Amino acid sequence: MQENTQGKEGSFMVDILKLINVEVERNGKRILKGISLSIKKGMIHALLGPNGSGKSTLAFAIMGVYKLSKGNVYFEGKDISRKPIYERARLGISMAWQSPATFEGLTVKEYLSIGGNANVEEALRMVNLDPARYLDRVMDSSLSGGERKRIELASVVAMKPKLAILDEPDSGIDFVTLDELMRVISDLKKEGITVLLITHREEVARIADRASLICDGYLVKSGNTWEVTKFFRKMCGRCKYGRYSEVKGIEPS
Amino acid sequence: MSLVDIYRSLGVTLDKGIAYLVVDGNEILKANEVRGISMEKEETREGIDLRLVIKEGIKLKEPIHLCFGVSKERAVQKIHAEIIAERDSHACLLAHCIFPKAKEVHHVMDGNLLIEKGAELSYEEIHWHGEEGGADVFPRLRTRNLGDFRSTFSLLRGRVGRLGIDYLVEAGERSVTEIITKVYGKGNDEIRIKEGVSLNGAYARSVIKSRIAVRDRAFSDVVSITEGNAPYVRGHVDGTEIVQGEAIAKATPIVKVNHEKAKVTHEAAIGSVDRKQLETLMAKGLEEKEAIDVIIKGMLR
Repeated sequence: MQENTQGKEGSFMVDILKLINVEVERNGKRILKGISLSIKKGMIHALLGPNGSGKSTLAFAIMGVYKLSKGNVYFEGKDISRKPIYERARLGISMAWQSPATFEGLTVKEYLSIGGNANVEEALRMVNLDPARYLDRVMDSSLSGGERKRIELASVVAMKPKLAILDEPDSGIDFVTLDELMRVISDLKKEGITVLLITHREEVARIADRASLICDGYLVKSGNTWEVTKFFRKMCGRCKYGRYSEVKGIEPS
Repeated sequence: MSLVDIYRSLGVTLDKGIAYLVVDGNEILKANEVRGISMEKEETREGIDLRLVIKEGIKLKEPIHLCFGVSKERAVQKIHAEIIAERDSHACLLAHCIFPKAKEVHHVMDGNLLIEKGAELSYEEIHWHGEEGGADVFPRLRTRNLGDFRSTFSLLRGRVGRLGIDYLVEAGERSVTEIITKVYGKGNDEIRIKEGVSLNGAYARSVIKSRIAVRDRAFSDVVSITEGNAPYVRGHVDGTEIVQGEAIAKATPIVKVNHEKAKVTHEAAIGSVDRKQLETLMAKGLEEKEAIDVIIKGMLR
């Protein structure tokens, strides 16, 4: 299932992740509806869509948190559709959760070291947190939401994955932090890590090499970031609730 | 290996400058006093009687080690203790209760504690019961707290057997009370905990915190009681229990307010391991069992 495609600069780009006709049901409701999507190795791929469109569900489906009701997920050419979460993590997929969990009694150092990661201090510095201040902090509610999000990002950095799924890392953070976040995402790319960046903010998505747009569980558009974000903006202007039935009427320009 | 050697191997300091008491069953093996405390001890038919006084104004830098162990497989050990922290004294008591071979060990601790005004007493009871599950342990403490009293009970190593904690604190004016209990039950362990604080003096503060994990067919029943009986007292009850397998857990927070200016709050969470925590750790490469272990160890730390 590994596929080579001609890149924009003439280089051959390999699909690190390929989704074919992926469907996910939750509580008897179809959330993802036949999503087929390819993510190129070493690139930043933004996944755009309004709230409730199915972006996070797709992230969970890739990570193995949600089971597929239909379709397949291929990672580096191998079918991982039925692999448990931890096996996917061991293959090199890592995820930063939109609302990171808290852990009573677990220190930041212990959390970041899970999986045998050695570069914990470096990972903290990369997200602009002072290791001297944070390594012994407990991962409980004494950390602010912003701190937890940075630590979550650091945990992905520390794992040095092949594919980093960042689920709305920009939500609930201030503009200074947003600049830092963009730098971290660029740094991940420089280290050869593929990034799937889930966001509903156009200005964040602009950092991506490619983008896809999800609406109401359907993949509406995929391709050049500029085109997809432009389409997204147009769609948001026209569709009050982001329903696919409304989107279908918009022709991409 | 004698009990003294076991204690040493576990890192318990039994040196000249440290106050300690080592008891095996009803036999006093070793004891040492330091300046500022008095320790009257006597062997009884089934245990020991102890009267420990930390003198007024004495601030001990090192903890006092109370090593109440049973090296035999079968024994009864009854400890009757009276502990007084006199005015403005500071001390930390570390009670190490070790029953490594217990098949039929019955341990009863009957303690009366008095913490006088300005005194700070930290009482930490650490249990290790071996893997047989043959220990019956019944710690009962009655405490009158006029100062700062912090108690921690932990039973995390080995099997619990049967545990029946019964703690009651009467808290005086401007006193601070903290009771923390951490127990991990396995097999057919039976855990019953009753902890109560009566906030009787104005501005008294208290927290009762319990962290219990039970798996296999273990059973736990935790009753945490806080009464607010005086103006401006503040009490809080915080309980978390994690249940796995066929284990059963019960938690009953009882909060009672008898004064219009008193305030007592509670929070309790009981159930299986948090799904989000589990998935987060599995997404870092841990298998389900490993992830559960990390969550439970963290909670019980």
